[in-house]
Amino acid sequence: MTSITIRGLVAGYGQGDILRGVDLDVESGTIACVIGPNGAGKSTVLKAISGLLRCRLGSIAIGETEVVGRSAREVLALGAVHVPQERSLFPLMTVWDNVLIGGHVLKDQRVVRRRADALAERFPLIRERRRDQAGALSGGQQKLIEIARALLLEPKVILMDEPSMGLDPKARHVVFETIRTLNEGGRTVLLVEQNARAGLAVAHRGRSWMRASCGSSGRAETC
Amino acid sequence: MTELLAVEGLTKRFGGVAAVDDCTFAVAEGSVTALIGPNGSGKTTAFNLITGYLPADAGTVSFAGRIVRRPDPTRLARGGLARTFQRARVFPELTVVENLAVALQQPWRSLLRGALGRGERVRADALLEEFGLTRVAGDRAGSLSFGQRKLVEFASLLMGEPRLVLLDEPAAGVNPVMVETMERHIRELHARGLTFLIVEHDMHLVMRLSDTVIVLDHGTTIATGVPREVQRDPRVLDAYLGVA
Repeated sequence: MTSITIRGLVAGYGQGDILRGVDLDVESGTIACVIGPNGAGKSTVLKAISGLLRCRLGSIAIGETEVVGRSAREVLALGAVHVPQERSLFPLMTVWDNVLIGGHVLKDQRVVRRRADALAERFPLIRERRRDQAGALSGGQQKLIEIARALLLEPKVILMDEPSMGLDPKARHVVFETIRTLNEGGRTVLLVEQNARAGLAVAHRGRSWMRASCGSSGRAETC
Repeated sequence: MTELLAVEGLTKRFGGVAAVDDCTFAVAEGSVTALIGPNGSGKTTAFNLITGYLPADAGTVSFAGRIVRRPDPTRLARGGLARTFQRARVFPELTVVENLAVALQQPWRSLLRGALGRGERVRADALLEEFGLTRVAGDRAGSLSFGQRKLVEFASLLMGEPRLVLLDEPAAGVNPVMVETMERHIRELHARGLTFLIVEHDMHLVMRLSDTVIVLDHGTTIATGVPREVQRDPRVLDAYLGVA
């Protein structure tokens, strides 16, 4: 099991800093949910952890390993995957190929196949829509395939950016149940969610974020 | 109440899939009407057909009593039919306030001068303040977060004088406080006679706001009624809400 520890994180885009001295602790094996207004830097912190955004100051540790300065590929190799807010499947590729591409950092293609087959058992949607173009799936179905693709690396840490956005009530329920199940397998989940009620309902700890360098944290049910 | 928008037999196919399939519904003038349904049920495609972003394979759309023969987004917007998108379409290289100015559809020379009349400037400032955008008014819209861009798009739309507004998932990715702000705007504009057709998955918002709810499934209308009735309709529970 792996924790996330952030200290004094400063990061942003262009000339400006979005994150100004952020501290955050996510205990190993828990689900933490960050809520807050638009533009507070919630998505930015996920990008900083996963190496998609270069940090300007501060430290981020996944377990005992410092990740600031590492590439996104290196962070992936450490077992931290990022499921972004925007739809990220390749719409013209089949569902199956989209799942397989999740293993692109693995050298042994037999391992990739074996894990993909296991995921198809766990997510029947992969079996049912295997040959269909990913773009033909509904929003909720695409989100489930994105989560399945992220699991191909058997991650220890999952960074999830607004998984419920744009999903209908049934699909939303399935996605949050899936998050809960992933965590029961011992994974650490850092969740950013505008649907505060649903996000905090699934989380062990909640963190409300105001302007990226302040905020309050506590048990999810008290947030 | 008279119909401001009428959709009859609207159909759109993508390959072998009928995204919108012989779909018929109407929006009464002065109403807030919600268009709900599962992901992939054809709601956004219906919006795209109504506003001319996609050509229909069959069917008609009537706006303000006239059949729209050759739907064109710009012409429709000028005629009072405006819309937003699930993923906000803003001009990323323009500042937030410039995005609001563009929405006024002034001659391009005025835009180049950055000229906003005094009344328009006051209106823009008030909208920026209400949507929590004053702090970023001079920032490039492309540098904003997903939710902030949605707010800019919504505020821009309010700079004009639309008669019918189609909102595609206005609450998705927006924090609860801003959702309340949007709801307040919708109520205020509705009270002044503006008509809304809203696609939204936030059922609390839909139930609070709507006069009429239309439910789509597999591209066709499966239920229409007041929120309380629709919420209890077994077909809607089965296809969409998933709870008894």
